[in-house]
Amino acid sequence: MNTALVARRAFSLSRQQLFGLTFLIIAGAMLFLFALSSDPGQNSTFVLTAVASAQKTELPDLVLPTQATIFVLTFIVAFFGGWQLARGFRAVNALLAVIIFIFIFAFLTWADRGRQFNLTGMLIASLVRSTPIALGALSGILCERAGVVNIAIEGMMLAGAFSSVVVGSATDNLYLGIIFGILTGGAMAAIHAVLSIRFRVDQIVSGVVINILAAGLTSYLTERFLSVHQELNDSGALRPISIPFLVDIPVLGPVLFENTLIVYSMLFLLVAVHILLFYTRWGLRTRAVGEHPRAADTLGINVFKMRYINVILGGMVAGLGGAYFTVGSVGRFDELLTGGRGYIGLAAMIFGKWSPFGAFASSLIFGFADSLQQKLAILQAPIPSQFLGMAPYIATIVILAGVVGRAIPPAADGQPYEKQ
Amino acid sequence: MPPEKNWGCSWPEQKPHRGADLDQAQAEATLEKAKPVPLGGRAALRRGLRPLRLPGLALLTALIVGAIFIIVTDEQILAAAGNFFSDPLGFFTLTLGKIAWAYAALIQGAVSNPLDIIAGLFTYITTGDNSTFLRSLRPISESLVRATPFIFAGLAVGLGFRAGLFNIGAEGQLIMGGLFSVYVGYAFTGLPIFIHLPLALAAGFLGGALWGFIPGFLKARVGAHEVINTIMLNWIAILFSRWILAGPLSRDGFVPISPNVLPSAALPQFFPNPIRFHAGFFLALGVAYLVWWFLFKTTAGFELRSVGANPSAARAAGMNIGRNIILAMVLSGGLAGLAGTIDVLGWRYNMGVDFAAGVGFDSIAVALIARSHPIGIIFSGLLFGMLRAGTKQMEAIAHVPVDIVFILQALIIMFVAAPEIIRLLYRIRVERGVEEAVLTRGWQQK
Repeated sequence: MNTALVARRAFSLSRQQLFGLTFLIIAGAMLFLFALSSDPGQNSTFVLTAVASAQKTELPDLVLPTQATIFVLTFIVAFFGGWQLARGFRAVNALLAVIIFIFIFAFLTWADRGRQFNLTGMLIASLVRSTPIALGALSGILCERAGVVNIAIEGMMLAGAFSSVVVGSATDNLYLGIIFGILTGGAMAAIHAVLSIRFRVDQIVSGVVINILAAGLTSYLTERFLSVHQELNDSGALRPISIPFLVDIPVLGPVLFENTLIVYSMLFLLVAVHILLFYTRWGLRTRAVGEHPRAADTLGINVFKMRYINVILGGMVAGLGGAYFTVGSVGRFDELLTGGRGYIGLAAMIFGKWSPFGAFASSLIFGFADSLQQKLAILQAPIPSQFLGMAPYIATIVILAGVVGRAIPPAADGQPYEKQ
Repeated sequence: MPPEKNWGCSWPEQKPHRGADLDQAQAEATLEKAKPVPLGGRAALRRGLRPLRLPGLALLTALIVGAIFIIVTDEQILAAAGNFFSDPLGFFTLTLGKIAWAYAALIQGAVSNPLDIIAGLFTYITTGDNSTFLRSLRPISESLVRATPFIFAGLAVGLGFRAGLFNIGAEGQLIMGGLFSVYVGYAFTGLPIFIHLPLALAAGFLGGALWGFIPGFLKARVGAHEVINTIMLNWIAILFSRWILAGPLSRDGFVPISPNVLPSAALPQFFPNPIRFHAGFFLALGVAYLVWWFLFKTTAGFELRSVGANPSAARAAGMNIGRNIILAMVLSGGLAGLAGTIDVLGWRYNMGVDFAAGVGFDSIAVALIARSHPIGIIFSGLLFGMLRAGTKQMEAIAHVPVDIVFILQALIIMFVAAPEIIRLLYRIRVERGVEEAVLTRGWQQK
């Protein structure tokens, strides 16, 4: 072995050491940014009772001494970092998640010093804001597991958002609005399906078509009709339904059991899609069509039919996600109000490696960052809100590059199928 | 400009010499279809015009469908349709009148009103006052001004497609290019124009190239998909521009907007005020030619296209896939950066937060319609510029919301991407040997 190689070996870090160093750097950042910039006497108050909730129990506030808490957290991270550097943990990705969580908690404690901050409120906002992203990701999973790339989530959502508010306002029935939103999403998906399955258009191109078409149609119709007939763009918003008894669980109750129908549907669909995909005959066929359509065809599965069904189902899920933006939250439609959430859903899908729970976890990260940005504006943290806004995107890039690495899509994803 | 017979891809003069003959043969076979057949006379002309047939019919069909859409969403026409059986003539005159009026406004906004030109010319000849004449030419100038960034950004996306990369990040790269050039444009004082202007242009290229390098590097090194990373970088660029335009790069006042670039960094304009036509358009033509030359006449361009057409064959031929991916993303980003720069230095002279306004996203369509061919992109860029200028006039005169442009765009891409629909509609037979260009490869990474 020559000397140059030995030198290179000596200076190159293994993955284990790299993670260890990263953890130590995080600990250092916590020490210098948070711990040393807060005063010993300050307290951080976390309110645990949700505002305007049906919860009967009143929880006491969580009051922590700011600096001491951050010191303890820093020590924990530094310990993990040192251990990782010297000995190494087996589940390093899980450890990374824990450390990021500790870092965010330290950050919150620091930003909250001398103030009050509603922790439960932020968790509620995180779940609510991750709902459309998770629905978008589920829509993508349904399509792509069957081998059809879906970058049209944004367009399907936009169309669903528009039609649900119009129908909801016209009929004065929000649930009818949601149903129409779902159907509209399905209709947009049907165009995508026909273009990419029947006409074998490049699926990304077809997705671009749907996105532009939906943006154009909804903006055009808004300008033409909704600006004149304001009453068609005022549906009111869904009210949260609280589940008795369960809502009284501290913290978790208001977060999980006091939501609108759309959030419950998202949680239900999450489990349903997981079970359908991995434990039913339909799911096996879907995955077969997405991995190796020729083999599936040989076994008598109708590839085209499976793909049509999946794409349209996916569109319907995206349409439900669209309904969140209007009927589910503000009750009115503005041009391009989805604001790129469909693309974030797409990223969440890839991030979660095309699995429902993985996608949901990454949606939660985006939703959490979204609500954090909003809450920190209230806390007046001395960081420009734009930089906080960038955080989830930068995190995605870093994690995609460093941790997730190569995400492996279904093998036939994006390839039109031709029967021989 | 290349002769028409080069419309497809042309055969590179220098052949790559690395790799075994067998692998090279494989790589050559991949591009074999693209080899042009030598032709002469009228046959060559017909062959040359053939690529225009499907896009032309696609445009026509899109306009027809757009007209139908305008009809069914017009309340007056809908009311007249209610009285169809009592007054069919009234319904038809109203409908046809509205459509003719709307599309006349589109053409007037995109090209100009011939009557205005004649009247302006007449005044010019008789009185020597050329202001009316120039004003009548304003629509053409507007179309060209709006087409210029589309051409640059279209070239950016097209170059990516040629290398098998889907660069959705043109929007972010365009913003970064604009920011870099506007900074150089106003902060560097006391330079003569022949130094300052190229410097500002280079800064714009650099800004975009930097934003393209990141996803290119990540794709080459760790295989992170460029679609996700470019989408993320778009948002980062948008937020970054919001911050910097409200903070370090803002002029005094409440509106987040940058200071104006100095005259020494501005692209020359040729006519007095209402005509905003500037030298950027010629720059766009030149760059399009350069990109064509690079892709089809150089070894590096050949490698880039080989990596795009068949990565396995390219790797077998000894080409460095990673380096080509990075190169393609840097060039693509730089071109997108120039798209932003050209607007800053050409007629905006400053940057506001709504700067990009979707040009980067629409350039995907520009590249798709031209099938990623640089010379074709000039024409599709012009088409988009004209549509933009025209629909604005359509809204002002015929009260058709300007968003109709997105519907038309979507329809045009749809018909171009699915030629089968057009063939079914117009009963055109499938031509032999016409390449059905592979544009993207989904998520697959080879």
